[in-house]
Amino acid sequence: MSTNGKVHIPVGQEAVELKGWYGAHKFLIWRRISQAFFLFLFLMGPWLGIWWVKGNLASSLTFDFLPLSDPFITLQMIFARHWPGTTALVGAFLVILVYAQIGGRVYCSWVCPINPVTDGASWLHRKLGIQKGWQPKRSARIWILGTVLLVSFATGTIAWEVINPITMLHRGLVFGMGWVWGLVAAIFLFDLFVARHGWCGHVCPVGAFYGLIGARSLLRISAVKRDACDDCMDCYAVCPEIHVISPALKGKGEATPLILSPDCTNCGRCIDVCAMDVFAFTNRFDTHVEAPTDAVSDPEPPTQNAA
Amino acid sequence: MATPAKPKKIDRRRFLTDTARMAAGCAVGGSLLAYVARDAKALPDQALRPPGALAEDDFLAACVRCGLCVRDCPYDTLVLAELGQDGPATGTPYFTARDIPCEMCDDIPCIAACPTGALDKGLTNIEHAQMGTAVLVDQENCLNFLGLRCDVCYRVCPMIDEAITLEPRHNERSGAHAIFEPIVHAEHCTGCGICEKKCVLPEAAIKVLPVRLARGTPHEHYRKGWEEKDAKGAPVVEGIIDLPDRLPGPGTDNLAAPGGYIDGLVDGLPAMPKGNFGGSFEPTFKLPGVGQ
Ligand code: SF4
Ligand code: SF4
Ligand code: SF4
Ligand code: SF4
Repeated sequence: MSTNGKVHIPVGQEAVELKGWYGAHKFLIWRRISQAFFLFLFLMGPWLGIWWVKGNLASSLTFDFLPLSDPFITLQMIFARHWPGTTALVGAFLVILVYAQIGGRVYCSWVCPINPVTDGASWLHRKLGIQKGWQPKRSARIWILGTVLLVSFATGTIAWEVINPITMLHRGLVFGMGWVWGLVAAIFLFDLFVARHGWCGHVCPVGAFYGLIGARSLLRISAVKRDACDDCMDCYAVCPEIHVISPALKGKGEATPLILSPDCTNCGRCIDVCAMDVFAFTNRFDTHVEAPTDAVSDPEPPTQNAA
Repeated sequence: MATPAKPKKIDRRRFLTDTARMAAGCAVGGSLLAYVARDAKALPDQALRPPGALAEDDFLAACVRCGLCVRDCPYDTLVLAELGQDGPATGTPYFTARDIPCEMCDDIPCIAACPTGALDKGLTNIEHAQMGTAVLVDQENCLNFLGLRCDVCYRVCPMIDEAITLEPRHNERSGAHAIFEPIVHAEHCTGCGICEKKCVLPEAAIKVLPVRLARGTPHEHYRKGWEEKDAKGAPVVEGIIDLPDRLPGPGTDNLAAPGGYIDGLVDGLPAMPKGNFGGSFEPTFKLPGVGQ
C-alpha cells in the first residue's frame, strides 16, 4: 500500500509522531466541536429553556430575527408547487450565500449530524479492513437529486423529507426520537458493510445539492507542498471523497494544486493526517506551489521535485 | 485514425450503458420514494392540523417540518409526528383534541411562526379557523341526550351559542321534562377541540373530526326554497298549488283519504278490517296539533 519501506504503518501514525496527537487530529477535533456546537444551539431551547435558536435544520429562527432554511428542501417545495413564504425564501437565500463562499459541503463535514455516524462507519471499516464493497458512480447522487425533484413534482410533497435521515435525526434529537435510531443504525451498517463512504459519498442528494451550491467557493484545500509527498497514501485512506485528491496532489508543473472538485467537503482530515504537511486551507485563487524545505526529514525525497 | 476512434467508441458505449443504468436505478428508486411519499399522505382521523393549515395535499407540499409552530404554541398543543409512532406524515405538526386542544390564541402565534406559508397567514381571526368540525358522535351516551343537564361541551365552547347551541325537545321517556340537545353548527365551529377535551364521559361523546369526515356536501344545484323565497320576498313559483299534506300512519299514501282506507274505493284491496280502526285514522304517535 505505501512506498518507501513504510509498509502497514497504521493510517496517520507518522503524522502523530511528527506533529503530536493534537496536530494530527486538529481539524477532526474542531469539526466534532463544530458539529456539537450547532446541535447544542438547537438543544439549548428544549434542554435549558434558552431559546436562542428555534426550529431545526429544515428551517430555523435565531434570536427571533435571523431565518435560515435548507435550500434543497425549499427547492423541493417549489417543485411540489408551493411557493415558499418570504421567511423561508430569505432563509434559503442566506444559507446559499454563506455556503457559496465557504464551500457547500462544509455543511456535510462541519454541521450535518449524520457525519459523525458515517465517519464512525468509515473508521471501523478501515480498522476491520473490509472490502470497499458496492461503489456506484459518484454522479449517482446527482441522479438521485434529480429524481427527488421529479418525485416532489409528481406527488406534490417534499419527497426527500419522508426519508431524509439528516433532518429526521436532527428533528429526533431536538423534538423527539420515535424510531429514528433504527434509520441511523441502518446508515451506519450500510456504510460499514455494503458500500464504503456509501451514504455521504454516493447517495445523499442533500450533500450533492450543497456541493453544487459551493461549486465555485472561495475556501479551498490546496496541496501546497505536493512535492514533499512521500506517497504514504494516508490522505487517500481518510478522505471521504478520495477522487478529489489526485488531480491536485499528483498534478505536475502548471497543474493547479487546488482541490477544485465540488465534492471536497473541506473537512481538513488530509491536512491532519499528512506527516509532510502537504495540504493547507487557502482560497481558490492561490495557486502557488511550495518547494520542499530541508526541514522535512525525509530520508529519500521523491525524485519529481524538479517542478 | 482508427486508434483514437476506437476508445472514443468504447467511451460512448460505456457512457450510454452507465447512463441507462443510472436512469433505470433512479426509475426504480424514484417509484419507491413516490410510493412512500404518497403513503405518508394518509392522515389519521383524530389528528388535527394547526389553525390555518392548507388543505392536506397542499400542506404536505409546503410544510418543511421545522417545528417553529410547535415552539411558539404557548399551550404545547402542537407536536411533531414522530417516526413510526404517530400517524401523520413524519415530522409534521398536529394535535390531538383529547390530549391538549387548541386554545384559540388571539394573535395565533403558530401561524406567525410558520416560515413557509404551510399555515396560511391570511387567517387573521382565529374564530374563522377550520381545524376540524365537532360532531356529537354518540347520542346514546351523551348525558344531555339522556335528559340530564351536563351541558359541559356547550359551556366550554369558545364559540358558545354559535358553534354549539342547546335545542330543547320533549323528553318522551319521562313525559314531563325536556332534553337539551347539544347541536353543532359547523360553519361557526373552529375545530379547536375544547368540547371533546372537556366531555365528561370516559370516552368523549362529542369528537372533533377532520372536515372531510365530519361533513357532507350538497349538490351544486340544490337551492333551499325557503331561503330563495325570503330573498325574493315572495313565493318563487307563482300560483303554486297547495297539495294535501301526508301524515304518518297506515295508508298515508292514499291522499284521497289521508290516514285511512275508504272501503271499496280502491279495486282489489280487501275491505277495511273492522275493529278499533273504525275507518278513521289514529296516529301511532302525537304530532303537535294533531289528535291529542
Ligand atoms: S392558536 Fe394558540 S393554542 Fe392553538 S395551535 Fe396555535 S398557538 Fe397553539
Ligand atoms: S412552522 Fe410551518 S413549516 Fe414549520 S412545521 Fe409548522 S407548519 Fe410546518
Ligand atoms: S371544536 Fe367544540 S369547542 Fe371548539 S369551536 Fe367547535 S364546538 Fe366549540
Ligand atoms: S360534555 Fe359530553 S356528555 Fe356532556 S353534553 Fe357534551 S357531549 Fe354530552
